[in-house]
Amino acid sequence: MDLPTFWFCVIAVLWLGYFFLEGFDFGVGMLLGPMTRDDTERRVMVNTIGPVWDGNEVWVIVAVGATFAAFPHWYAALLSGAYLPILFILLALIGRGVAFEYRGKVDSHRWRRNWDRVIQIGSWIPPLGWGLVITGTVTGLPIDPNGDLRGGVVDLLRLDTVLGAVALTAFSLLHGAVFVALKTDGTVRHRAHGVVRRFGPLLLAPVLALLVLVQLRQGTVWTAVVAGLAAAAGVLALVWMRLNREGRAFASLAVLITGVVVVLFGSLYPDVLPSTVDEAFSLTVAGASSSPYTLTVITWVAAFGTPAVLVYQGWTYWVFRRRISTANIPPVRVP
Amino acid sequence: MEILDVARWQFGITTVYHFLMVPLTIGLSVLVAVMQTAWHRTGKPEYLAMTKFWGKLMLINFAMGVVTGIVQEFQFGMNWSEYSRFVGDVFGAPLAMEGLVAFFVESTFLGLWIFGWGRLPKRVHLACIWAASLATVLSAYFILSANSWMQHPVGVALDEDGRPRLTSVWELLTNSTVLAAFPHTIAGSFAVAGSFLVGIAAWHLARRHRDTPQDDPDRRVWHRSLRLGGWVGVVSFAAVAISGDLQAKLMFEQQPMKMAAAEALCHTEAPAGFSVFAVGDVSRPDCESVKSITVPGLLSVLAHSDFSTEVRGVEQLVDEYTERYGTNYPDDPRLGEMAGQPIDYVPSLPITYWGFRLMIGFGVIAAGACAVALWVTRRGRVPRSRWFAPLALAGIAAPFLANTFGWIFTEMGRQPFVVVPNPTGVDGVWMYTAQAVSPGVSLGSAVFSLVALTAVYAVLAVVEVFLLARYARAGVSGVMRPPWEEPAEEEKSDDGPGGSDGRGGGGGDVLAFAY
Repeated sequence: MDLPTFWFCVIAVLWLGYFFLEGFDFGVGMLLGPMTRDDTERRVMVNTIGPVWDGNEVWVIVAVGATFAAFPHWYAALLSGAYLPILFILLALIGRGVAFEYRGKVDSHRWRRNWDRVIQIGSWIPPLGWGLVITGTVTGLPIDPNGDLRGGVVDLLRLDTVLGAVALTAFSLLHGAVFVALKTDGTVRHRAHGVVRRFGPLLLAPVLALLVLVQLRQGTVWTAVVAGLAAAAGVLALVWMRLNREGRAFASLAVLITGVVVVLFGSLYPDVLPSTVDEAFSLTVAGASSSPYTLTVITWVAAFGTPAVLVYQGWTYWVFRRRISTANIPPVRVP
Repeated sequence: MEILDVARWQFGITTVYHFLMVPLTIGLSVLVAVMQTAWHRTGKPEYLAMTKFWGKLMLINFAMGVVTGIVQEFQFGMNWSEYSRFVGDVFGAPLAMEGLVAFFVESTFLGLWIFGWGRLPKRVHLACIWAASLATVLSAYFILSANSWMQHPVGVALDEDGRPRLTSVWELLTNSTVLAAFPHTIAGSFAVAGSFLVGIAAWHLARRHRDTPQDDPDRRVWHRSLRLGGWVGVVSFAAVAISGDLQAKLMFEQQPMKMAAAEALCHTEAPAGFSVFAVGDVSRPDCESVKSITVPGLLSVLAHSDFSTEVRGVEQLVDEYTERYGTNYPDDPRLGEMAGQPIDYVPSLPITYWGFRLMIGFGVIAAGACAVALWVTRRGRVPRSRWFAPLALAGIAAPFLANTFGWIFTEMGRQPFVVVPNPTGVDGVWMYTAQAVSPGVSLGSAVFSLVALTAVYAVLAVVEVFLLARYARAGVSGVMRPPWEEPAEEEKSDDGPGGSDGRGGGGGDVLAFAY
């Protein structure tokens, strides 16, 4: 495998890490309102991801940073092209990051309610936005020979990109509900099961629809196999939840999102951003990449950095592995 | 208004804002690690109280630093896509490295530290804050390497498309510019943290401890914090001054126009005097109508360490730059109204001239305030003057302003270039700011982005200052039961993390701390 292809895979893995890890963060945030009855329950929800959400968010920062380093032309075209969706993602990430840290800092009902709103809105926008943007880079955008978008934000809104937005959001909701079921006890866990039982198939449907759409448009034989496995894992996740096997359901969703990312990026290769104006304008893995020297340098850094990240982030999840219930929430201590 | 102006305003606002949080995070997180180490070593309750109190303020600030940092990494692609294409082979690498080996560590270990009180063995928990705080310093190194490359491109060759291609990452990471900028910036960060400690601790001392005995535990918390902050502030200033002098000497060679602009030095002089203060309009490159108070020969010393050497002025440099880099912008429609226009090589002189002086001036004020605070609190004293607390509190602003003016000076001083040509480097590696902006982005989108980010940042600034003030005012009891007080009856059973002893955990040891 040549270096640009290797880095194409690394970037796919970084996005996978992001969708998998922050996927449930977003789900927890989106479900914060509908799944709780009082503030203690909300604190249970927030604290399932309390120690880890910030580390999870770094995956997208590194995904984008690695794209800048390894494929500057892809980075430039995608971020300037999908300008407004990315701006909204940024505003949402700013708001929810601050909200997690600040919501408990003042003991006032209004204060917490306002920040909870920021968490909820800030958790809906990023999966919608990233679903739109990543599907857009897979199925193509109207870019000119320089890599600049022709047209405006309406050119980003197509059936496939909107489906991508819905699919990633639905996945995050499902993933978040399963994660909460896995990480909590008592009423919140019970309600998480209720969400999956009632809405599970509905939430799975757009994800499977996205797989079918991408597969039909630009898939190959091997992506079809992956798509099939992913779909099976998605269905299996719902079955495991019925059987109260939350860990297995969570693992099945990991297989599902892995399959989705593999199908998306696998069907994109060897392009990184196809042009819908003219195939000749498409950005390719070979054409958009940095020089072999730069790729070698960041390969060495990634070779040491990435395993370390997996180890210490894995350890974090191990440290905070216990289920949380309303009985575990310590009293508020604020000035 | 052109998209170039909008994009520059956005970069300026978001970056200056981000850099209000960054130095406090860097300086304070390391100092909190030092405090926790002191607690770990001595077991003295005041060190635990200091760790918890200053740690809480650090976290309130950290959150803002993190979220405003995300914007930085994205806006190169959003607003400056031509820049990203031009420099991507070089500039992206340090950013990716920062994410992979520094930012991941920072975020993960900070989460472990916040929630790990009582959950992790004490030694491991202490290691977490060290990992997180040192990662912020490492983070700064990579970001400054990237920035220094824009000031002084090294380690590159031109490829067939006319873009710089990285040939040596070692040269990039040991760029003389970053070797000077890194200690300067880190010292500036510690100066911020030092003044922050001094200001808040002085307020508590003045308000509660004018008459308490010297061994009162709460008084000891604030007295120790003030002494620590004062020394950090004074030592940092020395480091800032030395590294700043090195930086200036490099800059006279690497970016002579920036330094001439810093002095509003219009005509080449030998020996050159240092202007302390100017009256009149410094914006004109011919210096008509400017009266300036100068120290003879000092600029020659700053630039070349002797009293006689010539320092080139703006007028001569304009001729040199024109000869070397051309008279007009390329006639490219993507440059908008700049296309084909003559290039103005002179940065905004009032901004560089006054920015440079305000940077130094506020730095001196910050260090002077720390020195005075150390003197008036010597041997356990608390001054009785009613001016002590308000002046110390106001002093917190000084190092922030010094940092801000320093960055405004250094980034405005490299205009009209975004990548400044290296006079001794590979020819052709430079880029005008006007060429760097995204050609495909509409003016409406850019304006919307500028307005939205500025509005959100403004609201968050109010919230952050509100929270910082609230927690600063509450003192130790705002973050924990003071370790020297007996727990109240109802607290005895479930003393959370708040937890004073750092062992207990409410509710069956699952969560020692919760948002």
